[in-house]
Amino acid sequence: MLSFVFRRLLYVIPIALAVAAVCFSLVHLAPGDPLTAVIPPDAPQEVVAAITRAYGMDRPLVVQFGSWLGRAVQGDLGVSVATGRPVLIDIQRALGNTLLLASAAAVLGFGIGILLGVVAAVHIGGPIDRVATAIAITGVSIPHYWLGLLLVVVFSVYLDWLPSMGAASGGSANWGWNWDSLRYLVLPAVTMSFIPMGIVTRTVRAAVAEILHSEFVMALRAKGMGSARIALHVGKNAAPTIMAVMGLQFGYLLGGSILVETVFSWPGTGYLLNTAIFQRDIPLLQGVILVLAMFFVGLNLLVDLLQSFADPRIRRG
Amino acid sequence: MDQSLGPQGLQSRVEEYAEQARDIARSRGYWATVLHRLLRDPVSMACALVLLTLILLAVLAPWLTPYNPSQGSMLNRLAGIGTPGHWLGTDGQGRDMLTRLMYGGRYSLVMGIMPVLIAFFIGTAMGVTAGFVGGWANSLIMRTTDVFFAFPAVLLAIAISGALGAGFVNAMVSLTLVFIPPIARVAEGVTTAVRHLDFVEAARASGAGALTIIRVHILGNVLGPVFIYATSLVSVCMILAAGLSFLGLGVRPPAAEWGLMLNTLRQSLYVQPWVSVLPGAMIFLTSLCFNLLSDGLRSAMDIKR
Amino acid sequence: MLPPALEVLDLKKHFVTRKTLLGKPDRVVRAVDGVSFHVARGQTLGVVGESGCGKSTTARLLMHLIEPDAGRIRLHGREYGNVGGLKPVSELRQRMQMVFQDSYASLNPRLTIEDSIAFGPRIQGQSRSESRQLARDLLDQVGLNPDSFIRRYPHELSGGQRQRVNIARALAMKPEIMVLDEAVSALDKSVQAQVLNLLSDLKRDFELTYLFISHDLNVVQYISDHVVVMYLGQVVEFGPVAQIYEQPAHPYTRALLDAVPAQTPNSRKAHTVLEGDPPNPIDPPAGCRFHPRCPFAEPICAEREPVPVRVRPEQESACHMVAPQSGHSRHLTMIPLTSTLPEEAVA
Repeated sequence: MLSFVFRRLLYVIPIALAVAAVCFSLVHLAPGDPLTAVIPPDAPQEVVAAITRAYGMDRPLVVQFGSWLGRAVQGDLGVSVATGRPVLIDIQRALGNTLLLASAAAVLGFGIGILLGVVAAVHIGGPIDRVATAIAITGVSIPHYWLGLLLVVVFSVYLDWLPSMGAASGGSANWGWNWDSLRYLVLPAVTMSFIPMGIVTRTVRAAVAEILHSEFVMALRAKGMGSARIALHVGKNAAPTIMAVMGLQFGYLLGGSILVETVFSWPGTGYLLNTAIFQRDIPLLQGVILVLAMFFVGLNLLVDLLQSFADPRIRRG
Repeated sequence: MDQSLGPQGLQSRVEEYAEQARDIARSRGYWATVLHRLLRDPVSMACALVLLTLILLAVLAPWLTPYNPSQGSMLNRLAGIGTPGHWLGTDGQGRDMLTRLMYGGRYSLVMGIMPVLIAFFIGTAMGVTAGFVGGWANSLIMRTTDVFFAFPAVLLAIAISGALGAGFVNAMVSLTLVFIPPIARVAEGVTTAVRHLDFVEAARASGAGALTIIRVHILGNVLGPVFIYATSLVSVCMILAAGLSFLGLGVRPPAAEWGLMLNTLRQSLYVQPWVSVLPGAMIFLTSLCFNLLSDGLRSAMDIKR
Repeated sequence: MLPPALEVLDLKKHFVTRKTLLGKPDRVVRAVDGVSFHVARGQTLGVVGESGCGKSTTARLLMHLIEPDAGRIRLHGREYGNVGGLKPVSELRQRMQMVFQDSYASLNPRLTIEDSIAFGPRIQGQSRSESRQLARDLLDQVGLNPDSFIRRYPHELSGGQRQRVNIARALAMKPEIMVLDEAVSALDKSVQAQVLNLLSDLKRDFELTYLFISHDLNVVQYISDHVVVMYLGQVVEFGPVAQIYEQPAHPYTRALLDAVPAQTPNSRKAHTVLEGDPPNPIDPPAGCRFHPRCPFAEPICAEREPVPVRVRPEQESACHMVAPQSGHSRHLTMIPLTSTLPEEAVA
């Protein structure tokens, strides 16, 4: 067990390094000079050279990566080219908003998904199952940014019940745990919950149906065990798979929020990423992607460890 | 009259034909059987029909509509659904929506299918190599894909597109890169499983070389499952591709593409809401059909029942 | 005297299942650890032992499907291997063919029966029409009607039919030696008998030599001329089938034979129960590998590994009790061979 944890922890290091390298190399994927956003097009040669040196762009790539990584580990992700603020401050604020949105979407999507999946598995092959499966396949087939617009059309344009933009009236700084603020959360959270809802429904349905038809559950039934206790057994056996999928989905919610945040102007990391891309603010772009990817790596690690605690078979592999 | 055509004789004839039909079914081969099963699945066929119609509309658009997709009339801005001459309305620049939706399918379908197709070839080649050769080649290839798995797919696509800049080709490149690792991983898994089956050992015992074994014994058993998996990615790719355009990272205006159209029409959401959401409906319809067709294909290929 | 059709000397294969973080072998499975035997031309050698004793690994090592760590493989006195100076493995694989236990996994589900049988000859350079004709002829030889089977796929056949196809596929390479790795073990009893009879007929018609690997002692007794008994990657006893079955010298062989259900109630014997599973080949016990389960174990058994000793003409056994002056208090002659075991050893 301990050896598994140790090996898994050790394995994160090269992955994290490689992820950082990919983030770093994004700058060099970009066409043209990464400093075009800073240097005026008519700047004289000496100014260009001075700015290049100031940003350290004249040194070899490996050295640049090393110093960038060294600073990043200490929390210094550089200074935004557009605003001149340290990147980390903007990311911290945005990350809170994204976590809030992703958590709300996760609670909604996972809750409905588990419910639908279990109901479908119990009534497998029947009409209820078909309805649940249809909802699930809609959930994974629908472009969520379009769903967001549809919800805006219905709840903001026609019914005028819910706001369509932002995180709170008067700006996200005014956000609080009250109905006025929560109203802003409803539409983006519902929009984002559709994909995890669909995927969790499918996973739970498959996992629970398989266990329900396994020989050990038949044996429990034959022994005369009550439904409630059988449900406990089924739940315990289905949990590791479902947990792994949910963990991954939460990561996707965090990292894939850009489209929904753009639709609703939700001031999270996705919105920040969008801004960074269109202002060609490379330090900000690198920073956001690095932080999100590291979150995802950490989440994957957490899921693997939790899963290995819940299911001894995984440790052997 | 022929004596054998009495009830008795007829019965024997029927049995003979049945036996013949069974033999034909046997000799039909695997893929023909799969196709046969797929053709008998109504949901799959309906989806295939819808997709075929969309493809035909996109290809034949110039002959089906009198309008130019990138030129509108300012007098006809934001006409509603049902307007004579513009049955699906017009957009903010007075361009015919039906025309633009037909033309939009050209970009959207290509961007949904091509990256997965290219990734299918590259990913399968990588996965089969890793799975068959094993050892250091496997470690090298699979550890590289692990790095890409450390990014959520949407983030990876947007990060690469954002760095490369907007454009049709750049979007295709980033989407292809996103889909290579998962396909490679599935191909590696299936190849490793097949490689250890006894018929591969038997083929080695017959003195066959690695390339012959891969061609005759590995690919035939690996391509099917990997292909099903790849088809299930087309729907994701459609949504992602349109999403990139929606963010302004895909094709550039004034080209007609569903994601881009959805983005420009957001400004008209309060004026003509139902016209504005039409492009999204097309993305949804296409992605749904690809998803259902992929599910149908999966059960059709599960021939052992 | 002619050299044996197949001679194996000191074959070894150790698998590294885990490495330390520095890449040093941490856990080593001694799957096959110094196995030697030989088969005369036209004879059948049975290989028996519990699952996990290294029977199947031995078969794969013979074919070089797994590269042996050490040992010699000779066919008619000529040594084969991947080392310079030896005859090439490719030729070995043609002269020796294998039939596997899992009849379904050993046929490519995407190929017709014809293509599966014709694959080998095609690789060997025969023309398409030649190899097709060969496939038809061989199907006929193994008792399947070519007209109705040639175009079928493996999943359309029964287990027995598939195993006949596998035999035909092996014969297509025109081998001299056939390695039958649990080839009938997965079949129903009635089908098993048919396939065994087929194997006997084929052996006569094609002048084959068999290496018959099985955990089923009855089947081995029926088909074999000589028997090798394996335990934890080593040969513990080797000899003619009648001697091994009637006068086993090694306590492990006795225990195995005792575990076979008697055919008639009167011949029921007192059972030596083989307690527990075989110890893990990852850490084989020191000395004689069987000593933790042996009813006659003495201190010497845990200290020194016994070497094979000739107990009767052609019969060898690796046990301290058969070796004179081995330091074991008992000797083979002290145990009456007609009964099984002394009272105190009966569980």
